[in-house]
Amino acid sequence: MFVRGLKRKCFDGEEDIEGTLAGFKAIPSYNLQRQSLLDMSLVKLQLCHMLVEPNLCRSVLIANTVRQIQEEMTQDGTWQMINTQSAGQTSLDRLVSTDILCRSSKEQAEGKLVPVYSTFTKDCEGTQSQDNSEIMSTVTSPQVPKNLQSNMWEMENPQENRGNFQKSLDQIFETLENKSPNTVEDLFSEVDNSYYDLDTVLTGMMSNTKMGHCDLETFPSQTSTNSKSNCKSDLNELDHIVEILVES
Amino acid sequence: EALVVSTAHLEGSEKHPYSGQHLSTCFSLSIHMTSECLYPMYVHIHTYKGCTSDIISTVEFNHTGELLATGDKGGRVVIFQREQESKNQPHRRGEYNVYSTFQSHEPEFDYLKSLEIEEKINKIRWLPQQNAAYFLLSTNDKTVKLWKVSERDKRPEGYNLKDEDGRLRDPSMITMLRVPVLRPMDLMVEATPRRVFANAHTYHINSISVNSDYETYMSADDLRINLWNFEITNQSFNIVDIKPANMEELTEVITAAEFHPHHCNTFVYSSSKGTIRLCDMRASALCDRHSKFFEEPEDPSNRSFFSEIISSISDVKFSHSGRYIMTRDYLTVKVWDLNMENRPIETYQVHDYLRSKLCSLYENDCIFDKFECVWNGSDSVIMTGSYNNFFRMFDRNTKRDVTLEASRENSKPRAILKPRKVCVGGKRRKDEISVDSLDFSKKILHTAWHPSENIIAVAATNNLYIFQDKVN
Repeated sequence: MFVRGLKRKCFDGEEDIEGTLAGFKAIPSYNLQRQSLLDMSLVKLQLCHMLVEPNLCRSVLIANTVRQIQEEMTQDGTWQMINTQSAGQTSLDRLVSTDILCRSSKEQAEGKLVPVYSTFTKDCEGTQSQDNSEIMSTVTSPQVPKNLQSNMWEMENPQENRGNFQKSLDQIFETLENKSPNTVEDLFSEVDNSYYDLDTVLTGMMSNTKMGHCDLETFPSQTSTNSKSNCKSDLNELDHIVEILVES
Repeated sequence: EALVVSTAHLEGSEKHPYSGQHLSTCFSLSIHMTSECLYPMYVHIHTYKGCTSDIISTVEFNHTGELLATGDKGGRVVIFQREQESKNQPHRRGEYNVYSTFQSHEPEFDYLKSLEIEEKINKIRWLPQQNAAYFLLSTNDKTVKLWKVSERDKRPEGYNLKDEDGRLRDPSMITMLRVPVLRPMDLMVEATPRRVFANAHTYHINSISVNSDYETYMSADDLRINLWNFEITNQSFNIVDIKPANMEELTEVITAAEFHPHHCNTFVYSSSKGTIRLCDMRASALCDRHSKFFEEPEDPSNRSFFSEIISSISDVKFSHSGRYIMTRDYLTVKVWDLNMENRPIETYQVHDYLRSKLCSLYENDCIFDKFECVWNGSDSVIMTGSYNNFFRMFDRNTKRDVTLEASRENSKPRAILKPRKVCVGGKRRKDEISVDSLDFSKKILHTAWHPSENIIAVAATNNLYIFQDKVN
């Protein structure tokens, strides 16, 4: 799809270096810009379904762009940090969504690679194969933070998790087709305003990071020991909440 | 190039039909260019200036070019009529004056979705004239209307049951009967809605197209195309449906559609992925399978995250001959031969200097602007708009192109409308404008070309410019 080494027209003058992990770290600006493009696209999509009657063509084009970016991010060095799991698309969901939601602009400016990529378990292996819509659904809803958190902490039935993401995207496109009178209101009512609060974003990120470290050890046995990780994550969650409260 | 300027005249101002503000139907600028010039077109300009809310959203000449219709964001339609040639005032030939104005669509509220339906006129299409009256279709996002525009220069007088003021008379007071007679009156142009085609589109209508049989027309929204009979308003046939069963899988929408100018069974529609499908309605009732599929292979060296967005086709138009189709995407205009599906036969760069600015244009949403494109009467020249009130013309035969500007600042009486140039490199010449100085809020999305003469109408936000060549 994207030939590495070619000059990208969008980002003027950026040279490209072959992608290794080290190389990846050495060219933060391209990935920074790609990330900012992704974030910009997500904001546009969210603004989309807050408008009165969103322009469907525009929404589709932006969503396709988001998918493109995510696909590239899976193909180049971005996900190489995780070598413990196969690249199931469903686990990709988690990676991508958390990445998007939890990376604050501050982090980006510093060029830090928040190791959130390593935080995810592959509890969804063995489930369905790649579905592009899931990638879309994980990033296009303002409700995803809430859903994601619940998914993270509970690590429950992967079908259900995916269902949450799908539901988010459903709501976006279905507001356009007028499924129920309350759809738009529901969408608005479920928007968690704290999503836009930097504190919440940072909080979520910190929690994820911490949890991730713990969970790395449970990777191999994840599929059969969901309940175990549930307990673990619950405990972690409490720890983190306490930490945050104490800090603030 | 020798530029001869002929006499200009300042006409009296005319009141704007809606706001009462004064229009300036002023300036005639005549630019007479000799044939050595880059572009053998003379332009004679009329400017109609509206008040700020009347952003023009569509422009269309009728089949003879006698009438020019504009639709605006406020749901109004203004029709201009070409003045007849007169020996007394030869320089007034070809001027367009306001003929009729009416409110076509009103804002509506969809209670089911709790959403407003804009009254903005997306498209106007004329029907060919079959009697003394004129008929046009106008559409907003959801509803198509057929309007009849007719002249009235007589009125009946001498009714029995009502008096001259229209008040009903007491029947018991009537002692004798009379036959009403028609008496002349001042010419009045009235527009009446003859048909309302509603409730057939879930998504936003982007195109309407009158069929060459003059009995049917189609309306296209983001996901579906419907076929209508002019006489039947409560029913339409769905002929294209690209809505996926699962809306999550939606990756492509319909962006424009048009009937073939001669073959009433053939139409094309374009998509947001840069493809064009030609369909034959004889093949099946639901034209989900195209007869032809036009797509240009992607240039890998130009690939970026914006490739798909800029490949989205914003307009598709058949040539008058019916042999070619023209498509407009964000940076180019392409001409396709109906017999060759794998690539266009001609590609014209409209404003390639924007290619390095796509990121910013994505950020400010300009990348989603939908520019239209038009053929001239002989299919030899194509025209499309750009930013900074620039519009471009491409001569298909000579391969020459020109950039012109629709701007009042540059249009003093006697002023010469000269070709503009955008400077991309470092050194900017005196008359050039640099890419960074372009005003992206001044976009020319809608233009129209007279069916047989070199008269063009250019909509620049809320101003309508009419340019004309002057035959010696």
